[in-house]
Parts: sequence; C-alpha cells; structure tokens
Amino acid sequence: MQTQSEIGYNSKIEGDVVVTTVDAALNWFRKNSVWPMPMGLACCAIELMAVGASRFDISRFGSEVMRFSPRQADCMIVAGTVTYKMALSVKRIWDQMPEPKWCIAMGACASTGGMYRSYAVLQGVDRIIPVDIYVSGCPPRPEAVLDALMKLQKKIGNTPVIENLTITNLKKEAA
Amino acid sequence: MTSTEAAQKIKAKFGDLISELPEFRGEVNVNVADAEQIVDVCKYAKNDLDFNYLVDITSLDNYGDDPRWTVVYHLRGLRNGCEIRIKTSVSEERSKLPSVIKVWTTANWHEREIYDMMGIHFAGHPDLRRILMWEGYPYFPLRKDFPLAGKESQLPGIAFTHTTPMAGGPFVTVAGGNSAQSREPRIRIPETDSLETMSRLERRKEIQEAHGHPKGPGPIEKK
Amino acid sequence: MPTVQDIEYKDSAARTVEAAEVVQDERMVLNMGPSHPATHGVLRIVLELDGEIITKADPDVGYLHRGDEKIAENMTYTQFIPYTDRLDYLAPLANNVAYALAVEKLLGIHDKLPPRCQYIRVMCAELARISAHLLGLGAFAMDMGAVTVFLLIFTEREKVYDLAEAVSGARLTTSYTRVGGVMRDIPPTWLDQCQKFCDEFLPALAEIETLLTRNRIWVDRVRNLAVISKEDAIDYGLSGPNLRGSGVEWDLRKNQPYLCYKDLEFDIPTGSVGDCYDRYLVRMEEMRQSARILQQCIKKIPGGAENKSKEPIDYASGKILLPPKEKVMTKMEELIHQFMLVTEGMNCPPGEVYFGHENPKGELGFYINSKGGGVPYRLKIRAPSFVNLSIIPKLFQGNMISDTVAILGSLDFVMGECDR
Repeated sequence: MQTQSEIGYNSKIEGDVVVTTVDAALNWFRKNSVWPMPMGLACCAIELMAVGASRFDISRFGSEVMRFSPRQADCMIVAGTVTYKMALSVKRIWDQMPEPKWCIAMGACASTGGMYRSYAVLQGVDRIIPVDIYVSGCPPRPEAVLDALMKLQKKIGNTPVIENLTITNLKKEAA
Repeated sequence: MTSTEAAQKIKAKFGDLISELPEFRGEVNVNVADAEQIVDVCKYAKNDLDFNYLVDITSLDNYGDDPRWTVVYHLRGLRNGCEIRIKTSVSEERSKLPSVIKVWTTANWHEREIYDMMGIHFAGHPDLRRILMWEGYPYFPLRKDFPLAGKESQLPGIAFTHTTPMAGGPFVTVAGGNSAQSREPRIRIPETDSLETMSRLERRKEIQEAHGHPKGPGPIEKK
Repeated sequence: MPTVQDIEYKDSAARTVEAAEVVQDERMVLNMGPSHPATHGVLRIVLELDGEIITKADPDVGYLHRGDEKIAENMTYTQFIPYTDRLDYLAPLANNVAYALAVEKLLGIHDKLPPRCQYIRVMCAELARISAHLLGLGAFAMDMGAVTVFLLIFTEREKVYDLAEAVSGARLTTSYTRVGGVMRDIPPTWLDQCQKFCDEFLPALAEIETLLTRNRIWVDRVRNLAVISKEDAIDYGLSGPNLRGSGVEWDLRKNQPYLCYKDLEFDIPTGSVGDCYDRYLVRMEEMRQSARILQQCIKKIPGGAENKSKEPIDYASGKILLPPKEKVMTKMEELIHQFMLVTEGMNCPPGEVYFGHENPKGELGFYINSKGGGVPYRLKIRAPSFVNLSIIPKLFQGNMISDTVAILGSLDFVMGECDR
C-alpha cells in the first residue's frame, strides 16, 4: 500500500512494505497455521473429525494438517474422556510437544470430567496439563470448536514472543 | 428344541445339581448348585444341546448375602435359536470357580473382566489379568462396598487415581427397597445399601451407626 | 507358538521370510497405541515382531473405561439414557433403542409398543446403522490411504446428523428414546428429509464403491487377509457384520425379531470367505439394505408424516413415562406420577432380563438385574466391540504390521463401547 508517513520511505521507490512489530508478525504466522494434534479419545473425536471434514472445514483456519505426531504439532485438542489409565499417556504426549504449544480441552469430559463422575475418570485434563481454551458441550458443535480455535488465535496474537525467547532471557541474565 | 426342553434335559442329566428357576419374561433360567461342576454343565450344553454361542458372562455382587458372588452365563444355540441362562454361586471365602474357556474361547475376555471388576478368580484360565483397569490397581471397582467416587491409588509411571468429588454422592433411590421410606432418594453409603431391603424404621440403629444420625443422612463426609 | 515355516505367506513376503530366518530368535516388542491416529480410538496393542511379521499380539483395552456399569447402579433407568449414547458413539440412536427395549422387556412392554413408536425406532436404528457403517468404512479406507473416501462419507454423515438433529435436537448424542416410547414425535418434514437422504445416499454409496470395491490396490490389500472361519467366529462370540462376513447367517432382526422388523422386507448379506474383503462387502450391502428398510418405513409408518390421526408414540402409562405437563399441573394423579417417576424412577419388577439388539457393530446386549425399584441392581452391557476385539491375537499372528491397520479397520470396533 502507498504510505507517506514520518518513517521516511517512499513506497513508489521501495515497493509495497508493511511495517509492524516482530511480535505481531511472528504471532500472525503462528496463529494462522496452528497444526492440531488431535488427542481424540471418545465421542468428541467424531465431532473433531467432522470439523476437519468438508462441511465445517478447519482448513480455512490453516489447521487441516492434523499431525498425529506430537513433535510436529502446535496445539493438542483433547477430545474425549481422559481416564486415569490414559492420563499419563496424555501427559507424556504433551511433554513431547515442542514449544510453543497450546491446549484446547474440547467437551465436558476433557474440561471437568463431564458427566462421568466415577472411579476411573480424570476430572478434567487440566489436572495434568495446562489448558488454554475450554470448549463446553457434549459433544461441542463443530462451530463451537471453530470458535475455540478463533479464540486461541486471538490469544496467540496477544502473546509476547521476543521478550520470552531463550536468547532474550540469556541476554537479560548476562546483563 | 425349545429352551424349556433344553433346561429339562440338563436337569435330567445332572439331577440334583440343577434347579430350575421360574421363567421371567420368556427367559429360561437354570441354577447350578456347585460352581465346580459348571464346566461339565457347559460342556453338555454345548456338545449335546448345541448351545454353541456364549453370549455373555456376568457377575453379581450379592452384598450382605452368602454366597456373595453369582456368575451368570448366557448361552445361545445359533442353529435353533434357543437361549438359556445358567447361574451359579460362589462364596466370598472361596472366590474361585473353574473357567469355561475350553468350552467357548470367548470366555477368555469375559472372565478377565469379571476378575478385574469383581475379583473372582477363574481356575484354568491361561492369562487371568486385569483388562479394563491396569495391572497393579489395588481394588475391584464393581463390588458394592467400593464407592462410585473411587479411592486413592498410586502406581508411579503407570497410573494414579483420586477420589472424585461427589458433593454428597449420587442422590438417588436404591434398588430393592420395600417401603416408601427405604426407597427415598438420598445420600447413599454403600454399607447401608445392602440393608435397604428392610424398612428404615426397622434398621434405624444401623443407619445411626453408619450415618451418625438416626434419620440419616448425616454429614456429607462419611464418618 | 507356530514357527515361521508353519504359516503361509503371500509371495512378496516370502523374501522377508528368508531374510527373517536368520534373525528368527531376535524378537522385537513394539507398542502400538494408545494414541495412534484417532480413527479407532484408544486401543493399545503390544506387538512382538519378528522383522516385519507379527508373532504375538496382545491388545490392551480399558483406556476409555469410564465406569458405566457402576454409574448405572446409581442412576434411575431414565437417567442412564445419556450414557448409552456414548457407548457406540457412531450410532447413538441405535444404542438408545437397545437400552429402551431392554428396560421395556424388564417391564414386560417391549412387544406392546404402539406401532408408530416402533416405526420411528426402526428408522432411527437404521439411520444409525448407515451412519456407523459409513464412518467405519471411511476410517478403514483412510487408514489404508484412501483419504477421499473419508471426506465423501462425511458429507453423507452430515445429512444423517441433520436428520438426527431434527428429530432429537442433538447431532451426536441424541438420547432420543425413553423407556416406553420416544422423546417426541418426528417433525412434519422429517420423512421427506429422510426420503431425500435415501435418494442422495444410494448414488453416493455407488460412487464410493467405484473407488474401492474393484480397486486393485484395495483388493490386494484386504483380500484373503485375516480369514475367520465359521467355527472360530462362533467360538469367539463375534457378532454383527464380523459374524456374517464369515458365513454365519445370524441377524437378530431376523432370528429374534423385535419392533416391527417382521413387517419389513430386507435381506441379510453374508460373506463366504470370512476375510477383510468380505466384511467390507457385508457392510456395504447392509447400508443398502438399511436404506431399503428406511424407504419402506417412510411409506408404511402409521400416521404418516404429520400424524394427523394422533397415533400414540409411547406406551402411555403414568407409571413409566412422565405424564403430559398440562395434566401434571392440573390433576392430582398425574402430579403424583410425575413426582414418583422423577424421584424414585419407574417401579420395575424384581427379576432379570437380557435383551440383545442388532447394533451396527454387532449385538449390543443389556443384562438388567433388578431388585425392584427405579434403579437397577446390576446392569451389564454386553458390548460387541469388546468381544470382537478378543480375536485380535489370533488374527494378527503371521501377518505384517501394515496388515494390522487393515484388520483393525475391517473389525470395525469402537472403544467407547469396548471399554464402557
């Protein structure tokens, strides 16, 4: 776009340039390609698949690449009941995901244990991993999952990146 | 051959071991008095009466009664469409009966599940270990004295359990209450559930000991 | 343990065998699951491998064990209906029908339901069957690499979801049936919507068939794989398409008819070989038969689309179903019924029943042991997927790792049902 501002360049000479902060740019890249790792455990996994299918198309948000390998994923969507037997596996997979990572607890069972108040169900996946977005519903409609994804994108957009980088922290400690 | 004829043939073959139970909703039930003989009865049912399909094995916890465990076998003959239910009972001290895995291979997983949930052992089972819970889980969840909320357990590296917050517990009526008072939905404690068949008036003393209050329910936390 | 020489291999594997002979005694243990591509749920299989060939397989289930049976002992019969949705979560309407019929058998009214209710339930069950088979097929195909099929079936499934949403309010977890009837009558446009679905579904199914049935790669991968003989199928307690794929003609809708299946014309497809291909074909044909049943029901349902003749949709008895609200607010008897039903549940007689229902995955059975009152003393869910999975150690042995996905896909199980 053509701007004539105090910055002092002429777009006719230097081309179309967008000026922004590094954080905004990095976050824009990150939030528009959130690759989910579907931890599809129970019925919510079916709605998650429906979100990935043609009608509710999660691909519009850049997230159709459902990586089943945690090392290649950004966001773990815990879809379904987490039982005590499964809990440590979920934790281990969460630990295998590289930073930056986020978690969406999809559905009532993942958020709080849902209607399964019994001896075998972990009452909410936030007891073992940090959750960013909770989606209510049993199962949540695909639109609700997409809304959660949009909220996550907004949250990612507000995350300070540069000041949290390891190299920045090291420099601060050295200084 | 109908299911009633099959039951009669079993009774004719095994005599006093078998007692026929009343028919309910068109289903024929047969009780085997001695659990040790269950394999012979099942073999006869499969080979001679053509009950070649084992639908299901279930276990019941008659908490407060003796014998405590009842194991229920649902048999079906696919060629003639007959169904029959064979029940047998085991006492709590013994908690063991022979496995019917040699008769129908499907009994393998059913018996493992019964062992996992109720704690009944099956002699002759090649691989009796837990199937739905994990190896090392110390309790048998479907027993009546095990609370729905579960109990704490720790198996580092494998699994852990916590007690589920129930906020007073399932507020629901109880099975088999024989008076309006005993059928009232209220906070339940497993120890008193088995007494529910008596009217609350009759067992006021037990309620007082369990709940801490003669009219129960007492405080939310179990005493 | 069969040795490597006892098992017959396909040609391409013979070379592997010769190479593997050298390392015969060095077996590797590989852990498959519980988190593997989510299409089959949380199943863990511990494989013992000899090179690429599996010598031993041990499935580890229970990662979705939620304690349904214990919960059932603490809920009235009506309160448990939502839990039945989540058993086989691909076909929740079928589970609802199964459970309602089981409790109605306990009450003694399962053959006394009004005809309109029966037809509605049959239509729900058949829609659920189509939906479950579609997803089973889609997951099966996607695991083998045919991703297009997955997206195609989801288009059809969305139409079934629309139908389910129109009739019950929820896409997936419908909780539609009640003991003694259904939650509410079908909307006036539902039958037309159903007919439209059938008209669109059959050509779409034909399109999916052109992608798979005669596809060289598909046939090569699933033909003659994991053959289950008739005797084995019966011995291992298989049910549903797995049993019929092996040639056993047993379908609860024909052999132990319930609801109005006696009045409907449909065929039961059975396989001849018992391999994965047969099971796939059985499921495809079952979907077509379900569409046939649906179309008959649409024509035959008493009362038609709008129920102008006010056919009853439930076994109207204040002791079993909640009475209509106008009467509850004005009449004493209905008020008492409402109170007793909500607080204590329906008063079922003491006794025990078992009812098996032909679910898409197999025979879903409920064994209810009641001591009277509104709460079961013991509710056992005979899950078809639990029993179907027990044959895995036998099927995996001698096959290669890439065959595991084919075998699992052809068995078509759901962990929600298996673990309860």
